[in-house]
Amino acid sequence: MKGLSLQLKNMSGIPLDLEFTCAPGKVLALVGPSGSGKTTVLRCIAGLFRTDEGFIYCDDWTWFDTDQKVFVSPQQRHAGLVFQNYALFPHLNVRQNIEIAFTAQSKTSVTELLSLVNLRGLEERLPSTLSGGQQQRVALARALAREPRVLLLDEPFSAVDQVTRRKLRLELLELIRKLEIPIILVTHDLDEAAMLADQICVIHNGTGLQIGTPEDVLRTPSSALVARLMDVRNLFEGVVIEQNEQNDHSLIAWGGIEFEAPFQRPFPRGAKLNWSIPADRVLLHRRVNPSRGVRENPVSGQIVELVTISGITNVIVSLDSSPETRLHMDLPSHVAERNSLAVGERISMSLLKNAIHLMDHSHSSSR
Amino acid sequence: MMDWSAFFLSLRLATLVMIILLFSGLLIARFLAWRQFRGKELVEALLALPLVLPPTVLGFYLLIFFGSNSWFGHLYQEITGHSLIFTFSGLLLASLIYSLPFAVQPMLRAFESIPKNLREAAWCSGLNRWQTFLKIELPLAWPGILSGMVLAFAHTLGEFGVVLMVGGNIPGETQTLSIAIFDRVQTFDDQSAHIMSMVLLIFAFVTISLVFLLNRRSA
Repeated sequence: MKGLSLQLKNMSGIPLDLEFTCAPGKVLALVGPSGSGKTTVLRCIAGLFRTDEGFIYCDDWTWFDTDQKVFVSPQQRHAGLVFQNYALFPHLNVRQNIEIAFTAQSKTSVTELLSLVNLRGLEERLPSTLSGGQQQRVALARALAREPRVLLLDEPFSAVDQVTRRKLRLELLELIRKLEIPIILVTHDLDEAAMLADQICVIHNGTGLQIGTPEDVLRTPSSALVARLMDVRNLFEGVVIEQNEQNDHSLIAWGGIEFEAPFQRPFPRGAKLNWSIPADRVLLHRRVNPSRGVRENPVSGQIVELVTISGITNVIVSLDSSPETRLHMDLPSHVAERNSLAVGERISMSLLKNAIHLMDHSHSSSR
Repeated sequence: MMDWSAFFLSLRLATLVMIILLFSGLLIARFLAWRQFRGKELVEALLALPLVLPPTVLGFYLLIFFGSNSWFGHLYQEITGHSLIFTFSGLLLASLIYSLPFAVQPMLRAFESIPKNLREAAWCSGLNRWQTFLKIELPLAWPGILSGMVLAFAHTLGEFGVVLMVGGNIPGETQTLSIAIFDRVQTFDDQSAHIMSMVLLIFAFVTISLVFLLNRRSA
């Protein structure tokens, strides 16, 4: 089996319970609130922390297995770890910081590694004289110097400013395409995860809740908790009125109205559930020449807030059927302008049936 | 007149203490800096005790402990054939205990100030524990280690109470420079006391300046 596969269980101290695999050349992002155990997972892979139970296999190499009583030391693992604060050796210059990680068999040179991370001409500088972004690149070069079997990135952009962060992300994306090893990225930044990762593993209190593509996790969260952790804005409570598997039909009561959703899976009739809809799947009805789609789950309300960020306008609507409910709708900003949307305006929208996702009910999830 | 025998005895004692405390201090400081265990505070307090204990109190207990009536003194005499009291070996052992905190404290602070993840980064870079110590810990903790050595040396050179209690005042065996000064004053030989005191004063000033200089440079 190629790539990294692991299963970790820890009962004492830091709780952990998760498993995942990551193929060579792919990026898996561990996403969750701070204190959820993301960094501990990286430390396990690097050999800096041992769980009570579990295994870690890298390619065909067993790094850790409690059943076989195997534990390979961090020195032997060849896991490239980029620490959150980079952990560069302060008394060594850039060149020495990288050279220290070379093995006898290393084929690369400091110059090659530095050009790989877009940092040249600073070989003789001490880390304290470098900017955050430059330090991050040195840390990355040091991690790659051992020709690692897996690359581990712990919040790699948390210590740099917004502008540098965007630049570094693009550089990393480029670098990732050149590396043929599994890459595990720890982040609490959902945009970062969505931008860089092929798969997202959502962690809460050490437990892996859901693994999937960023698209999957955002559009079809496995539970209301995952939806909340992924900052799904349109997360609501409803009640099942009827379901019909043949017609792929569920009828849901919600805040004084009823709407149609796909069948998805059986729920007891009358049961409470949570449901979500991505903000870009709420469809604005044109004021003039309404199209045929207007009959699909129509809702109406009053705009209470309009925020435009980089071409996307987020429209927050207070619904007529339940004024305290806030529905989020994302539109290209030119659409918002053409329809002259403004705070206080009344609009009507459609909840696209196939974008609606049903989940088991969990408390305190209504918004 | 300068008492060269006392001077060289003091120098020999201080050098031996410094060298022994360099190695034992490193072991103790590293252990205390990174290990968590029950009763750690108690061990640290015990180590620091000679800092605040009157030297005569420490000397008194060591005198009893080294004496042939205690199991330790008895055992030592059985093995080596001579006593620890009023001998250079006894003086050395007492000085080691008395100067231990002066060596360990700066070293401990130095090791504590090395972030844990630097050592972990070294391990992940393939450095074993010994290489990590030599290439990462030692260069980073060096000013603290040197401070500890200088302080242990200077402190041993100037000790009086413990030396007098455990070593007595035997010229060539246990009479250190500070004891010799006391001896000269007792016999109204102020001229000799002046010379020897000046030597110790200059030496103390130079060493303490060195420590401050080192701390400045490392900061």
